[in-house]
Amino acid sequence: MTDKAKSEAIGQPVRRKEDFRFITGNGHYTDDITRPRQTHAYFLRSPHAHAKITNLDISDALKAPGVVAIFTGKDVAADGLGGLICGWTVHSKDGEAMKAGTHPILALDTVRYVGDHIAMIVAETHAQAKSAAELVQLDFEALPAAVSLATCQSASAGQVHAEAPRNTCFEWELGNKAETMAALAKADKIVKIDLVNNRLIPNAMEPRAAIGEYDKGTGNYTLHTTSQNPHVARLVLSAFVGVAPEHKLRVIAPDVGGGFGSKIFIYAEETACVWAAAKVGRPIRWTAERSESFLSDAHGRDHMSHAELALDANGKFLGLHVKTIANLGAYLSTFASATPTYLYGTLLSGQYNLPAVYVEVDGVYTHTAPVDAYRGAGRPEATYLIERIVETAARETGIDPAELRRRNFITTFPHQTPVIMNYDIGDFAASMDKAMELIDYKGFGARKAASAAKGKLRGIGFSTYIEACGIAPSAAVGSLGAGVGLWESAEVRVNPTGNVEVLTGSHSHGQGHETTFAQLVSSRLGIPMDQIEIVHGDTDKVQFGMGTYGSRSGSVGMSAIVKALDKVEAKAKKIAAHLMEAAIEDVAFEEGRFTVKGTDKSLAWAEVSLAAYTAHGFPSSEIEPGLKEGAFYDPKNFTFPSGCHICEVEIDPETGIPTITNFVAVDDFGTIINPMIVEGQMHGGITQGIGQAMLERAVYDPESGQLVTGSYMDYTMPRASDLPNFQLGFTKTECPSNPLGMKGCGEAGAIASPPAIINAITDALDVRDIAMPATPARIWSALQAAPRQAAE
Amino acid sequence: MEMNGEYRIPATREAVWEALNDAEVLQATIPGAESVVKTSDTSFEAVAKTKVGPVSARFKGKVTLTDIDAPNGYTLSGEGNGGAAGFAKGSARVNLADYNGVTVLTYNVNAQIGGKLAQIGQRFIDSTASKLADEFFGNFSKALGGEKVHMIEQIEEEAEAFGKSPDHDAIAPTGIPRLPDDEVGQGYSPWIWGTALIIGVAVLIIFFGY
Repeated sequence: MTDKAKSEAIGQPVRRKEDFRFITGNGHYTDDITRPRQTHAYFLRSPHAHAKITNLDISDALKAPGVVAIFTGKDVAADGLGGLICGWTVHSKDGEAMKAGTHPILALDTVRYVGDHIAMIVAETHAQAKSAAELVQLDFEALPAAVSLATCQSASAGQVHAEAPRNTCFEWELGNKAETMAALAKADKIVKIDLVNNRLIPNAMEPRAAIGEYDKGTGNYTLHTTSQNPHVARLVLSAFVGVAPEHKLRVIAPDVGGGFGSKIFIYAEETACVWAAAKVGRPIRWTAERSESFLSDAHGRDHMSHAELALDANGKFLGLHVKTIANLGAYLSTFASATPTYLYGTLLSGQYNLPAVYVEVDGVYTHTAPVDAYRGAGRPEATYLIERIVETAARETGIDPAELRRRNFITTFPHQTPVIMNYDIGDFAASMDKAMELIDYKGFGARKAASAAKGKLRGIGFSTYIEACGIAPSAAVGSLGAGVGLWESAEVRVNPTGNVEVLTGSHSHGQGHETTFAQLVSSRLGIPMDQIEIVHGDTDKVQFGMGTYGSRSGSVGMSAIVKALDKVEAKAKKIAAHLMEAAIEDVAFEEGRFTVKGTDKSLAWAEVSLAAYTAHGFPSSEIEPGLKEGAFYDPKNFTFPSGCHICEVEIDPETGIPTITNFVAVDDFGTIINPMIVEGQMHGGITQGIGQAMLERAVYDPESGQLVTGSYMDYTMPRASDLPNFQLGFTKTECPSNPLGMKGCGEAGAIASPPAIINAITDALDVRDIAMPATPARIWSALQAAPRQAAE
Repeated sequence: MEMNGEYRIPATREAVWEALNDAEVLQATIPGAESVVKTSDTSFEAVAKTKVGPVSARFKGKVTLTDIDAPNGYTLSGEGNGGAAGFAKGSARVNLADYNGVTVLTYNVNAQIGGKLAQIGQRFIDSTASKLADEFFGNFSKALGGEKVHMIEQIEEEAEAFGKSPDHDAIAPTGIPRLPDDEVGQGYSPWIWGTALIIGVAVLIIFFGY
């Protein structure tokens, strides 16, 4: 193997190919694209959380300078377009399907959250469109808003959709109820906890954007948009909204600057842009202002839960009962129903041998922005719940938190949990041991004493997590209500000169696929990475694909590439066998050369690829010319990344300011293609976890439904100065269900870290709970309250 | 949310009452007023331009007067609609009293803001409101022949205790920025309406309509 090939092999920290264009300003994001004769859209949004539109008069606005057209809900309805859809049908305990209210692209007569879309103004410039919006005459009859999770199900709360009485979309359950109740009845100890999983706003660096185009000559539509899954967008826009038939609609998701889930979904804006482009006869572009992103990107989390954990006298877990109210917002976003159910309840067994788990989830509508998957999607909520209650159990039983976990770890695999998941492999003790060693758990007492000597409070907190990634086996998710299969596709096109284009249905919006996927191909074909092009994000190039979310691009997307590479290699070997007049069984392919066993015959990769296209050296009646193979890979199981995060904090009791002094993350991701990229994913994920645990919280005014944290003045994103130096470690059990043994690493940081941080803070403060985000104000207040509690 | 305050206007109660009901005086004295039209004995419509932090808007206000007790006071209620910028709505009780030869105007406002005003402008409403109110009363006082308007008192919102409103320094240059707290109780709390509004909404509601 050449030095170059060695430095680009699987497992090497290859620098990201794509970064040069990003950091030199040469990326092609949607907003960078300019189309001839383009117009600009501005969306007039509801200032009310819930109101009837009593008057909508666009006549003055139409006369404003530069205005090309204005579209309202009536225009959408007149064209017979369908509403936006939710792609996963969840059923209630009584067997009834979820009660989905309609989700119009532009509001017809009722607005249901602040930021809901009322009209699209199309003008020559963005400024003209925005100015014209001021001239739209609008009157509302304000209606009572349901905002608070605690009260939205009461009969007196404002109703979001007539279809869903008491704002309840579904009452879902999972697990073995009778066994769980029996476990609680016979328990020696029951630990109870009430938790709020704070609502978050995703804040990708690149805001959402779209350019819709229509070609009168061909009748073809093109949509450039910030999507994590352009084919899914095309499918929804064709089959459900009815903008254009699938073969007449091209969706391109070019460079996309971060998604974190929020760009999975199909939103009103891109739908309106591509639909109206045909009406206007010119391209229509829109890029969200940051304030629009705050209002209208799908938010994340927002759960309120009560949980009870049953233990026997030895600290063995007997059962877990969880009751959760999950906010869905005003409309069901594309995967809103799956996130708080099948991506949440199924993970509530954690790393533990829990014979009985019963979870009930009420999915509720409120007059707030839609809530859907956000980095981790359901699994951070599950991990937060179970790791908080386990840590609380350790404190209440007096058993060391590591020891209590160890006593309950699953140690044999495969392991069937009571909540669907069948864990295929893992070594939970190994990652916890390594994390305890890295953080010097034994030395914590001394460090706590040293902090105390300085007048500071020190605490330590664990989080041993497991998540389900690589979503997912199509038949399995289909049986649970998914409207799509969750396989992935790949096509490997070998050019005559030997370089290679790989078309993938995965989509990179920061994950570095152009590097990791190329590393895989380079390792397999023995050609350097600069001869490999990864093509993604264009429905005219890639036939179909399910996109990137749920940490699936490695374990599912790359597995599809492996399948396609297997086929390419098999065909190339056949050709090589003919060229070298050898039996196919005797042809070996290694490090980019075909050889014939026991001879000195050999051919380079490029010689065989050229021969494939000249078709001179083999009978084309037996072997088709060309070298191009495709594959669809449907995963056999979820993958189960797991690990242990330990956080240590020091708190200044005078100010309540917490400092993370040490953060250790030991993760088992199976095979790692590029450790540098994996570390980057961990840094980013943990940072988002720190954001959730200590800084971020979306707040709606509970009466009026106004978004109070609507800008960076009020919504606090983590900054570099909020972060510790992360200490990362890895353990490895290879995933048995996919060819590379990969598990996925994209979400683990955001899933695992919040409970570790809150466990550390509550340990330092010696309080039972503190709500996320644990801000200095909350910490300070908790410290003030604590002595009074003791006195009472 | 509620807010209230008092201004001392160097004119008789009758003169103040009359001026408060005179569309021309109001148009001349309300900052940014483009038009003030009396639509009936008990209602006004007004258009005024104003800027709340980064949000600038042309507000259209409709105000209705009730509980009229000339020349002692009335209750007004209404809504200022700023289009894409949002809205302000609510009601205010205004009372006039004689005090050592001048008139003391007291007001008590109950108001809400929405849309972009609430999303982005909320932090600026407090200062904008004070500025607009001072400007208005200054102009108003001058129009009545007085020279100077005195603000007797401007009662801040309820939650004053430390720790109750930790958001004040959310954009502090050092330390960890802070979020509003549950315990404060968003909505009825100063966090949203409290620090906000004071007279700004009074301008939006009272004076726009007026």
